[in-house]
Amino acid sequence: MWDHEIKAMASAHAIIAAAVFMATVLPGAVVRGFSVCGTHLLWLYSVSGAVAAVSVAVFWLLGITRPTKKHTLGYKLSRLFRSCVYFFLSCLFFHTVVVLYGAPLIESALETFSLAVLLTSLTTLRCLCVLGPNVQAWIRVFSRHGAMSVWDTCLQITVVCTVVGAWVGAFPIPLDWDRPWQVWPVSCSLGATIGFLTGLVAAPAWIHYHRKQLTYKCK
Amino acid sequence: MKVRASVFASFILILEVVGVALFLRGFFPVPVKSSVSSKSQLSDLPAEPLSGGSPNSSRLPQPLFRRVVVMLVDALREDFVFGPSGRMYMPYTRHVVERSSSHSFVAKARPPTVTMPRIKALTTGTIPGFIDVVMNLNSPALLEDNLIWQAKTAGKRMVFYGDDTWVRLFPKHFMEYDGTTSFFVSDYTEVDNNVTRHLDSTLKRDDWDILILHYLGLDHIGHISGPHSSLIQPKLLEMDDVLKKIHGALISKEAEGSLPYLLVLCGDHGMSETGSHGGSSEPEVNTPLVLISPAFKRKVGMEKPGVVEQVDLTPTLALGLGLPISQNSVGRVIPGVLEETSLRDQLRFLHLNGHQLSCLLKDSMPNYEKDAGFEQFRVAEKAHGSWMKLYLEGNTSEVLSNMGKKVLKQYLDALAAMSSALSQQLGKYDMYSMIAGMVFVFQLLLVLVLAMPEALSGAAEVDLPVLSALLSLPFYLLCLLLASVHVLVCTSAESSCYFCSLSWGLVFAAVAFSSAMFCILISMATRRLPLGPKIHGKSPLRSGGSEWSLSELDVLLLAGTIGHTLSLAASSFVEEEHQTWYFLLSTLCLAVFQDVCRKYFREQRGSGDEEEHVLPSKDCRPSAHPKAEVCSEKWLALATPPFTLACCRLLRSLNQTGVQWAHLPDVGHWLNSSEHKVVLSLLAAFCLALIYLLVQRRCSWVSKVALALGLLGVYSYRAAVDNVSFPWQRSGRTMSKGTVEARFVYVFVLGILFTGTKDLLRSQIVTADAKLKSRGLWEIYSGLVLLVTLLFRAHNLPVLCCSLLIQSLMAQFIWKKLHYDAAQTTIMHYWFGQAFFYFQGNSNNIATVDISVGFIGLESYVEAPAVFLTALNTYAGPLLWACHLVCYLSSERHRSPVAVSHGCYCLALLRSVPAAAYIVLVTVLRYHLFIWSVFSPKLLYESMHLLLTAGVCLFFNTMEQSRSVGTSYVLT
Repeated sequence: MWDHEIKAMASAHAIIAAAVFMATVLPGAVVRGFSVCGTHLLWLYSVSGAVAAVSVAVFWLLGITRPTKKHTLGYKLSRLFRSCVYFFLSCLFFHTVVVLYGAPLIESALETFSLAVLLTSLTTLRCLCVLGPNVQAWIRVFSRHGAMSVWDTCLQITVVCTVVGAWVGAFPIPLDWDRPWQVWPVSCSLGATIGFLTGLVAAPAWIHYHRKQLTYKCK
Repeated sequence: MKVRASVFASFILILEVVGVALFLRGFFPVPVKSSVSSKSQLSDLPAEPLSGGSPNSSRLPQPLFRRVVVMLVDALREDFVFGPSGRMYMPYTRHVVERSSSHSFVAKARPPTVTMPRIKALTTGTIPGFIDVVMNLNSPALLEDNLIWQAKTAGKRMVFYGDDTWVRLFPKHFMEYDGTTSFFVSDYTEVDNNVTRHLDSTLKRDDWDILILHYLGLDHIGHISGPHSSLIQPKLLEMDDVLKKIHGALISKEAEGSLPYLLVLCGDHGMSETGSHGGSSEPEVNTPLVLISPAFKRKVGMEKPGVVEQVDLTPTLALGLGLPISQNSVGRVIPGVLEETSLRDQLRFLHLNGHQLSCLLKDSMPNYEKDAGFEQFRVAEKAHGSWMKLYLEGNTSEVLSNMGKKVLKQYLDALAAMSSALSQQLGKYDMYSMIAGMVFVFQLLLVLVLAMPEALSGAAEVDLPVLSALLSLPFYLLCLLLASVHVLVCTSAESSCYFCSLSWGLVFAAVAFSSAMFCILISMATRRLPLGPKIHGKSPLRSGGSEWSLSELDVLLLAGTIGHTLSLAASSFVEEEHQTWYFLLSTLCLAVFQDVCRKYFREQRGSGDEEEHVLPSKDCRPSAHPKAEVCSEKWLALATPPFTLACCRLLRSLNQTGVQWAHLPDVGHWLNSSEHKVVLSLLAAFCLALIYLLVQRRCSWVSKVALALGLLGVYSYRAAVDNVSFPWQRSGRTMSKGTVEARFVYVFVLGILFTGTKDLLRSQIVTADAKLKSRGLWEIYSGLVLLVTLLFRAHNLPVLCCSLLIQSLMAQFIWKKLHYDAAQTTIMHYWFGQAFFYFQGNSNNIATVDISVGFIGLESYVEAPAVFLTALNTYAGPLLWACHLVCYLSSERHRSPVAVSHGCYCLALLRSVPAAAYIVLVTVLRYHLFIWSVFSPKLLYESMHLLLTAGVCLFFNTMEQSRSVGTSYVLT
């Protein structure tokens, strides 16, 4: 039914996944001694930057973002500004949640905040791209049976996968294996990234196999 | 037979406690201990036997050695020295073994092959079990009779270098020591250099008698890279050099005329093929034992080393140094060491060893006279007496020496028999009892699980086919089968077994019970089978609802429960179990938050499901509540989960527990330091006030007054024991035990409990008034809170405070408003209870149990109240949450009349699943490296928790009981 949309989604996801891959590999050529565990924060920023840039570009090119009613420059600027504010607020939100989960408050605040930035760029940024800075739409999409398009369903799947990935990533921290990837926040950010990639693959596949059952209320 | 779900659940729990107790009895063998708790003394030694005439002198023969050097290399495997590559690894040692005057043996270590129990075994001659660790909870020092203590008492000067476990076990025993910690496993050079650096100076001096060296490096290498790594050879060469150095120094120091030296090279345990240890595989158990002394015969060529027990070294060293053998030693002297002494001395040494073993045998076995070894010893002793008589008469014929050799052989046989009889009782798991206990627990658990659809149905009644099971043929066949299995196992078992030693009546009851359970299980399972899809809904969460769909919260609750159970298989997760619970609790709060958001925001949008609107209006409240109230209620409900999260985050930094991060500074320590006493006082006062405000709401005015006075009493008790201070109080007051204040509080606790019970009884018998009953329940609850307030340390009062706050907020805004059913509420209560158990500062280590609580309000130690108070204090978190569950569910009765039954059933299930799973895990992991340090304490905690939950379920039961009585009263 939505074959072209699924194809567009699959290709967009392929591009984003490639971006994550490149962000992991390419800096190694520039920065000496770059590795996922060793220079973790650097890897983290590179992945979040790449994902952010590529998804903004891809979604803008695909034109998924709902057309705005007004086309004035001022309105667009205010939307951009609000998006930035939302991005920052979401970073703060994730930071708070991670601290509430037991991350040290002061000691490794930078690491925690970096993780929050990664989570934000993997989840909130996609919401911003697809739904725009519109809280009502967000609530609608993330309440039960609230998806109104293929892209909404895709958004649900990737966001849930990312968050669950980060959640699962926290499991090995108490183990006494003394591995480099057990250091805070390596396992969580790795979990989030892997979850995100899984979500990227799973979303088009799931939608493809359930395309008969999927019905959306109104467009 | 129809049974109410709560009765059923508590019945199952109580039986499970019995099963677990049987398992524990098999898992922790009772140690063989001499009944006299004193230590062996020289004056107690038996006289040399002499038939006819008065016994000879009771003196010991001349010691064999003047100086002893024990070089203990951690994880030294037998084949590192005696194996084919031994010549390459330890060339000098091999040379000594083959060509010099030495004896070499393979010494068998008993599992657990872990350093600390092995050191205990080497010094006491016993085979220590876990119960020993629990018994001397307070003191890490070794209090049992041991070689080091004997040597110190005899005035021997000892020097020790190496693993600081020795220093902790034997404080103040060594003239000179330097302990190295085995904390950093990755370090394998520094630990040994720290030992070797003292050697040169020590070996030059003459002021010591015993030198003990404990090298850790080899063990660390084994843990890092295994027994075949390239690091092994240099390390063993280094050890070889050390041995050469010591041997050379001892030879050069040896003076004519004085007694010879003894150099002992041994390992505490071996190393498996992967480099770890703790189990009972051959390479872990076999360690080399090399004794080098000029007193021995010179060897010619390599012989196959004989096999001895590791504990045999203890009596050998004791006799060699002229010390009494420590009382509980089960070892026997190594005869090779004595072979160069006179026959009289040899017999005397063996007699001393035999006497000590026979005393121990007498104390540890009820029918010791029948023991073959004991009889042999009696015979040998008599023969020894007559030999002595001949000897003292000056007989020097061939007959005498032949007879002496015969006596010697008799003695050796007797020693071997007695020693093996003793050690069979020790250090062995009683597998039959363990399996029997496990089978009981699993049968009960399965019955519990199979009854789920019925127990969580609207009627909350379980149909147990007891009669049909008892009358069926399979029951009798099973009885017969199990009884014959029992007889077979018990007659063929070579070691003692607790389950076999039970009386026949009890065993038959157990057999009958087990087969009845089995029949019930089968018939319940067949009954469920046609209803395949229904039983498939194993979820306890959806009680109503024909088609059940799991919400996110249900998924989380189920996954969390299962995940936690599985996580118990990893030692780190057991050590850091608090992290699991905190993690789950945070996730739970977020999931609840999401539910709340969904409810209120969808309502606001006005498009949500209709039922959400309909359900609240079902409440008896008038639908026309003011708009403002609804709004404030919404925001309070929205704020509750984040607030709970914040509370939990604060509480977790109050007490650092676990192992890995336990050393980090926490708020509790900061509060307890003397310069922050004012802060602590203010905090305690604030918490007490808050506790009063939270608890008094539902009580009668009498209880309110009692509660207020009681809380004041708590503060003055804390002031009396100098935890907090009154503002008018100057420092420098003498500290008292605060007995009067504590008893003052106890009076009010009893008063409140009494009022509550009275209200409950009245509500049941006289009026059947639901309001009165709920008041009675809350009063009992507040009495409990007051008692816990007294027991909690001052810095832990915020834990109590937060738990009360969260309870009342959650009850008011979440559980009631979101219509969570009894099962969901129970699981949430259980999780909160578990998390608060750790918030209090508990851990899965025995060391965190606060024993001082047992002395509050008592002048001296009285066992029963002390144990009760300690248990109450330790399990305060889970208990308070469970009690709150009872109160909450019975106050919610108008919504669901069977809520209490459901709650009780769920609690029983929640507790028995991890307990049963853990029993299996422990059995599987019984040779794990950490079985004694990590898994066994957790096993004790689990069983204690099971016991307490059984108690709570009984309490549930009485509440449920009163309901039916109440309704029947109304009906008639």
